[in-house]
Amino acid sequence: MGRIFDFMLPELKSPATGATTDALIHFVNEVSLIFLVGITFALIYFAVKYRRRSEDDKTPVITHNNKLEITWSVIPLLLVMVVFGWGYKGWLNLNTVPDDAYEIQVTGFKWGWTFNYNTGAQIANEVHVPAGKPVKLVMKSQDVLHSFYVPEYRIKHDVLPNRYTFVWFQAEEAGESQVFCTEYCGTSHSNMLAKVIVHEPEDFETWLAKQGTGGGGTPVERGENLVQLQGCVTCHSQDGSDLIGPTFQGLWEREERLADGSTITVDENYIRESILDPSAKIVEGYQNQMASYEGRLTDEQISDIIEYIKTLN
Amino acid sequence: MANHSTTHPAHLHHHFVDSDQQFDAAKMGMWVFLVNEILFFGGLFCAYIVFRAWYPDLFQEASHELNTLWGAVNTAVLIGSSLTVAMAIRSAQKDQQRGLRINLLITIALACVFMVIKAFEYSHKFELGIFPGEWYTYTGFEHPKASVFFSIYYMMTGVHALHVLVGIGLIFWIYRRSVKGEFSSEYYTPVEITGLYWHLVDLIWIFLFPLLYLIE
Amino acid sequence: MATAEVSSNIKKLQVKRFKPAEDPKNTYLTDEKGLWAWLTTVDHKKIGLMYLGAVAFFFLLGGLLALALRTELWTPAKTFIEADTYNQIFTLHGAIMVFFVLVPSIPAALGNFILPMQVGAKDVAFPRLNLASFYIYVIGAIFTFIALFNNGLDTGWTFYTPYSTTTTTSVIWVTLGVFILGFSSILTGTNFITTIHKLRAPGITWSKLPLNIWALYATSIIQVLATPVLAITVLLLTMERFMGLGIFDPANGGDPVLFQHFFWFYSHPAVYIMIVPGFGIISEVITTFSKKHIFGYWAIALSSLAIAFIGFLVWGHHMFTSGQSAVATTVFSFLTFLVGIPTGIKILNWVATLYKGSIEMKTPMLYVFIFLFLFSIGGFTGIMLGSLSADIHLHDTYYVVAHFHYVMMGGTLMALLAGLHYWWPKMTGKMYSEVWGKISAVLVFIGFNLTFLPQFVMGAQGMPRRYYNYIDQFTPFHQTSTIGSYVLGLGLFITLFYLLHSLWRGKKAGSNPWNSRGLEWQATSPPDFHNFDHTPVVIHGPYDYHKPMEEFQLGLAVSHNGHGEETDVKESKVTTN
Repeated sequence: MGRIFDFMLPELKSPATGATTDALIHFVNEVSLIFLVGITFALIYFAVKYRRRSEDDKTPVITHNNKLEITWSVIPLLLVMVVFGWGYKGWLNLNTVPDDAYEIQVTGFKWGWTFNYNTGAQIANEVHVPAGKPVKLVMKSQDVLHSFYVPEYRIKHDVLPNRYTFVWFQAEEAGESQVFCTEYCGTSHSNMLAKVIVHEPEDFETWLAKQGTGGGGTPVERGENLVQLQGCVTCHSQDGSDLIGPTFQGLWEREERLADGSTITVDENYIRESILDPSAKIVEGYQNQMASYEGRLTDEQISDIIEYIKTLN
Repeated sequence: MANHSTTHPAHLHHHFVDSDQQFDAAKMGMWVFLVNEILFFGGLFCAYIVFRAWYPDLFQEASHELNTLWGAVNTAVLIGSSLTVAMAIRSAQKDQQRGLRINLLITIALACVFMVIKAFEYSHKFELGIFPGEWYTYTGFEHPKASVFFSIYYMMTGVHALHVLVGIGLIFWIYRRSVKGEFSSEYYTPVEITGLYWHLVDLIWIFLFPLLYLIE
Repeated sequence: MATAEVSSNIKKLQVKRFKPAEDPKNTYLTDEKGLWAWLTTVDHKKIGLMYLGAVAFFFLLGGLLALALRTELWTPAKTFIEADTYNQIFTLHGAIMVFFVLVPSIPAALGNFILPMQVGAKDVAFPRLNLASFYIYVIGAIFTFIALFNNGLDTGWTFYTPYSTTTTTSVIWVTLGVFILGFSSILTGTNFITTIHKLRAPGITWSKLPLNIWALYATSIIQVLATPVLAITVLLLTMERFMGLGIFDPANGGDPVLFQHFFWFYSHPAVYIMIVPGFGIISEVITTFSKKHIFGYWAIALSSLAIAFIGFLVWGHHMFTSGQSAVATTVFSFLTFLVGIPTGIKILNWVATLYKGSIEMKTPMLYVFIFLFLFSIGGFTGIMLGSLSADIHLHDTYYVVAHFHYVMMGGTLMALLAGLHYWWPKMTGKMYSEVWGKISAVLVFIGFNLTFLPQFVMGAQGMPRRYYNYIDQFTPFHQTSTIGSYVLGLGLFITLFYLLHSLWRGKKAGSNPWNSRGLEWQATSPPDFHNFDHTPVVIHGPYDYHKPMEEFQLGLAVSHNGHGEETDVKESKVTTN
């Protein structure tokens, strides 16, 4: 059935959460279009038919018509009640998570997402899920408000620092979908993107097994994982490009000019200080934007990050 | 101005037809302003209700840190001042110039007593380290949200105290004008509408006192 | 000069005909001259014009910021400004347009000028308060400007916590600015309510009140009831930032969702502060240019009040994805649909007014047609956003951006332009170029749709709002939108130029160039310092186009006190000699 408004919506990849919504959006669009065409036609028709012919045109005295008023109050009222009920049904659906849903913990932060699996596996800015199975994301924020939005699943929910919120979906086929942050959260709000990667169930199991239990690997591998998970890379590039903070590429033992005019050579202590007390020594040309990671990273993890940064020279 | 020949009293503004219209308009304007004041405090009361619903224990416990006796005295002081301001309006209506001035002065004095007691209450809490928000250092009782109660306390009583100060200023201004003999049974609009404002300030305190001091 | 004796149940009034002079010698513009006289005037007309100037200035500023945003969005990544600059620009665009343009535009600028004239008063009830409210507005603006030059503001105009309590930009200056500004709005509302109640000329009963007055009355009620809540909200936010109060900031024990409730309790009714006065203008213009009685006077008048009332109960529909309780979400969605009904009633009554009219497509009427089309789209997409599951998908996307521009710009601004063109001859005594008026109206219409229609589509496809970068697939939509914004800007600039041009070169307007039956058109153009040189008496309603003009040009024959009373001057008892 060729719908005139099909071009408006992205492809629906999670019918379990989005089918009702789509039908509702089409319904409202179509009914609205009928009314809009009606009103526009009436406007143009009246403007032409009853255009002023002379300065002393006589107009009839039509003050009101109660039957008409009631008609055009009651019909729209009935229509919007349909829309309300329909929207409510779709919304109940979005809030009723199937019992067998696969649960993943999500943390939003400035500016990225981390996803924690019950196996201990942890991954940044990509959430891998099995196809054909309901998935529940339990979300919280580390700092300000964020919002988790997957247009292709028609789901969205704010992510808050002081309580857990959730969304669920069921992607039917293997593939990728875009995730956006839709609650404004500062400088890199528009870079706070992620991908949902849907695997066939058996591929998903393989993928998950390969992730191990988190925290494994060499110090450099752990460090590389950490700069992703902690969102360092949203502000510090690894390829030399200039983001909000200085790039990690070639950072080790680089001579940096500070905002107060002095110079410093980047070493372990400077990196450590910059992580725990970012405002202490700001490199010239950059703003004091970073929040302290005091209490969020252990000494060991900081060491891992330093090991990783060394490899970027 | 074809139709502007009637004699104009000094207090009558050019755009009003007569004193009655001017009086009615002023009084109505004040009532509308008071509605707006109620909504303004309404926001604070909402915050109070929400947090009390979330942390009922906190409110019970923290309320004991407030001095009920001085709160009660202040309530009596304000109710007294409401009476004297009402008497001031009555004096103006009856052309009793001396009564008007004396009643206004008593009202100002009572309002000042209220502020002095408030200042003692505040400074006692500051000594204990009960400051609003993040400056809160008091350790007298254990509750993770202890500072929030006092934030609300300081906001509510602080905004109210500001209104008292404005009231003192207004009543003093009315007093100055009454000394010049500007008011009479013919014209007492400013006395009346300032009185309305003062009654509202009282009324809000009458709600604040039990809500903050008398939680059992 | 004809005299008429009018009697009623309550009083007998000596009535005389006053035909307004076509080329008045003394007007409010010639009454007192010089900058100081303007700055200290208590004349509602001059204060209205000062507001109009200030609103125009801020509209220009906000508009230029919008063009900068659209230009930056030409490419998916950086076009010419940094992300932080972009974030500050969209914040200021929103804050300026909402607080400094849309809220005061129609009530404080046009309303100030027209309201006392339409009720036949010499001024508003409290002229000095009126002047004070203008200066409070200016002080609020200065505070905001301090922020602009002192680190800016990047929270978005909604100041959501905890972002607004943690950002390094100067939030406090702007929240204090908004706090101060709120009092300007409150004082205007208080003034209008009192004026409408107490200063009506003899014969203006509630059923003969122009619909513009009904709309301003409903607006004033919202201003008085909602603005103080905004004041306390921004005060609490200021204190939250200043000393970590712990009411809104979760780091200190507060709740960000509570802030949103507080904020939208004002800011949703504020939407009606912006649009309802626009409805008033539409009713005035549409009857004048179809020379016909308004259809459904009471339906339109009472629906304004209904919108004002229900508008207070729907704020939660901004928060369907926020984490507010499920019950609240359902109730707010339900009530949201109820507010759509009175709005729909208005639109259909206006269309019905055109039926069998004598329609003249002058510039103000053209803007009314544009309003009806654009505002209908804004209304329908509002229905879409009110429904729960559709809103989950569309919330915080460009669909919302397009929706509120259709309502606020397609609605309020088009109504403002209609009103400005309609009353321009009354305010200045000059006529503007009709040809250029129509050219710019068409440009505005094309530019507007070109800008915002693509935003519906890309929003529905998932483009989030407040994005500096975007993914490549949205490029064509953004570029169309950017081109549209230039066309829109051009149209508005032309408007500015021909209106200013008319001040020097415009033809004399005459007292009633549109042959309206409204009371304000029975004064000279521009009006006398006291609006009318007599106390007007009103026998017929403002939409009685079937009655001869002479019966609208009446005033008290002798000085008489009949103001503000329910003195119904009965039409049947008029005898003309």
